[in-house]
Amino acid sequence: MALEFPKDSWSGSVQEITLGATAADGGTRGKTLTVGGAKTMPYIHFEAETPHKPVIALEIKDSFPEDWSPLLHETWGDVLNDPGKWAAAAQEAGADLLVLTLGLTGKDGKPNTPDNAVAAAKAVLAASDLPLIIVGPGQAELDNELIVPVSDACVGERVVLGLCEDKNYRTIAASAMANGHLVIGRAPMDVNLSKQLNILIKDTGLPFDRILMDPTVGALGYGIEYGYSVMERLRLAALRGDGMTQSPMIVVVGHETWKTKEAKVGEDVPEAWGDWLERGITWETVTATSLLEAGADILVLRHPESLKRVKKVIDSLLTVPEIT
Amino acid sequence: MALSGIEIYKLLPKTNCKDCEFPTCMAFALKLAAKQVELSACPHVSEEAQTLLAASSEPPVRLITLKSKDSEVKVGNEVVLYRHEKTFYNKPGFFFRVKDSEDEAAIKDRVKEIDGYNVNYVGIDLFVDGFAVNATSDDGAAFAKAVQAVRASSSKPLILISSNPDVIAEGLKVLEGEAPLIYAADPDNWEAMSDLAAAHKASLAVKADSLAEIADLTQKIKDKGIADLVLAPSGRDFSTSLLQNTVSRRLALIKNFRPLGFPIISFPCDTDDPDLEVALSAQAVAKYSSFIVMDTFKKETIYSLLVLRENIFTDPQKPIQVQPGLYEINNPTPESPLMVTTNFSITYFSVANELESSGIPGWLLVSDADGMSVLTAWAAGNFDAERVAKDVKQFNVADKVSKKQIVLPGHVAVIS
Ligand code: B12
Ligand code: SF4
Repeated sequence: MALEFPKDSWSGSVQEITLGATAADGGTRGKTLTVGGAKTMPYIHFEAETPHKPVIALEIKDSFPEDWSPLLHETWGDVLNDPGKWAAAAQEAGADLLVLTLGLTGKDGKPNTPDNAVAAAKAVLAASDLPLIIVGPGQAELDNELIVPVSDACVGERVVLGLCEDKNYRTIAASAMANGHLVIGRAPMDVNLSKQLNILIKDTGLPFDRILMDPTVGALGYGIEYGYSVMERLRLAALRGDGMTQSPMIVVVGHETWKTKEAKVGEDVPEAWGDWLERGITWETVTATSLLEAGADILVLRHPESLKRVKKVIDSLLTVPEIT
Repeated sequence: MALSGIEIYKLLPKTNCKDCEFPTCMAFALKLAAKQVELSACPHVSEEAQTLLAASSEPPVRLITLKSKDSEVKVGNEVVLYRHEKTFYNKPGFFFRVKDSEDEAAIKDRVKEIDGYNVNYVGIDLFVDGFAVNATSDDGAAFAKAVQAVRASSSKPLILISSNPDVIAEGLKVLEGEAPLIYAADPDNWEAMSDLAAAHKASLAVKADSLAEIADLTQKIKDKGIADLVLAPSGRDFSTSLLQNTVSRRLALIKNFRPLGFPIISFPCDTDDPDLEVALSAQAVAKYSSFIVMDTFKKETIYSLLVLRENIFTDPQKPIQVQPGLYEINNPTPESPLMVTTNFSITYFSVANELESSGIPGWLLVSDADGMSVLTAWAAGNFDAERVAKDVKQFNVADKVSKKQIVLPGHVAVIS
């Protein structure tokens, strides 16, 4: 019997977006990265080819990440005190791009300053030639205060700025617009909110090929199923031709997994939880793999070993199988 | 696949005779589509229509049950490709592989450890489902001995792996009265394997290089009267497995293609890269596998997979909740502090575990927040000062607790 594989016929596709700029385009990145462009549900190669691989970013911070798991402190060691060195180490570890998260406070414990943020961004750009995403600490006022000067300082590099949220997107979007950068819009796990936020951002005049979407995800064991389903629904909507859901998706897997008790705590936990380090890495790897299946385009991770494993998953997912 | 009301209507006599006690055939058809009446209520339906309607009421993915003397694993009966469309119903089983070439004592020890594994996640006990015994020796006696060794340490359901029917027969003898899964019928041995499955009421996995060949085989085997089949596609890497599982499931659900309307077995254990076994298993959970066979047993990895399975198979309409109420932590007295949280089970258990391990006695008021996390409930208006005040009254907190202050989750300090 010959089997006919049942194909969905989609009218839409995910927006292609290019991050970073090389010397040819006025930047200093070694190469650019293009994400998105999918025309099928994730990796259904018999319907259409997957034009671009999902990529993995490693997250670094502008100052020592006190609140990170001790396992991450141990893994990265001294570089954690120096964003430039950390960026170089992350590139060395195989990251496709970097996310620099700015803290609420500086080294001295006082509120973070634009000078500090700009210095960190510049150090990262100097130490690594990967495309860069820069995200504020997550408080509207401080975000704007830090991200705007960073955006100015990175002009020409086509960096990604975050986070745009429904109550705070204008300033960041305007600054991205002025300096040729991109933005991330984050909405709390809801298809319609993601869509509305994209509309708001686009209405500021920023072209749609400069908007990434963070649908908000939970870690394994802490609500992963909500993010997973919202992502599947966003991808389905994109393929059905709903334009404002067609942004590539970025998911902060490292941030979510490494704050779970499983990854963060090594003592006084149930014996059935097994080895701490391997558990942390597995938590991050399993969360990342699941969200890849749901359509993630950019995964932001924290542990270099997880990066190594998830890269292998991606390579296998992208290998077009013999039709069987 | 289930027929719609209109499709059923076309098969009815269309006389509106009312003998079914519905005013019209259409009204009856709609009730039938909603499974609220039995077809037998219409005395006039033709035999042909009866056959068609009976076939359409079969589930698109057959329900398969493996049984041992004291437990069972039920899989299949799925109705959607994406969990948000309804829910995924029957969780895949995790089976650990044992080879009959291993030393008997080693088998017993390994099986015992895995069999005893139990981890608690949000109040639910999670464990491994069974074992897959692989006849690498291709020797009936050695195989039977290995099955016995497994049975000495575990009473969970089993999968028997060999392409030699004689070897499988020896294994089955050890499992009198059980319904294991035989792996596998292939284009060469399917007749003998079918006979064995029939004789022992075992389920039978069907293996071939391509899905088309598997579909051919399941039809031939079904014609012999064996219905409890499991698909065993050949893919061992991510993209091939994803393709084969997706195509099988789409054909079964969308095209009502019976030859592939069965649960699927996957072998992440066959990867040549041990780093990938867990990730392949994770894909199998989300993407339509019902039996997942693994080699590497590590507590931390099986824990992560069991949790993933709980999460992916949670009904999207119903977050896992705990009963709202006033909970005692570490034998509190009236003077002990009073804390409040929500009844989303992940929230409740994170907090309760933390408090319990601190050793400090206290009262935990679990507020009726519709099963939402602290911030979600706060954003949705289900966890505010009013709600908490109501629950303090409703659960008679003042009778048990003398403290007038309430400790709130830090995230919602604003409601104080
Ligand atoms: C999963 C999720 C959902 C799920 C709900 C799951 C559920 N059953 O609750 C869904 C998708 C349905 C959802 C919906 C919404 N969500 Co929501 N959601 C999340 C998400 C990703 C995770 C929440 C979670 O499960 N956390 C894990 C649990 C265990 O955490 P927790 O309850 O806070 O408990 C911890 C602490 O608070 C503390 N704690 C708890 N109790 C106590 C008690 C004491 C005494 C102490 C000391 C400590 C303590 O200990 C716990 C363990 O650390 C968060 C973002 C995030 N990553 O945090 C957003 C988030 C909570 N959601 C948000 C919003 C806005 C919404 C919506 C309003 C948006 C919408 N879509 O319309 C809706 C509201 C619901 C509705 N109207 O239907 C916002 C809330 C913003 C705010 N500050 O108000 C968040 C923060 C996302 C964001 N950054 O914008 N959401
Ligand atoms: S008994 Fe049968 S034929 Fe008569 S109205 Fe009902 S469905 Fe129609």
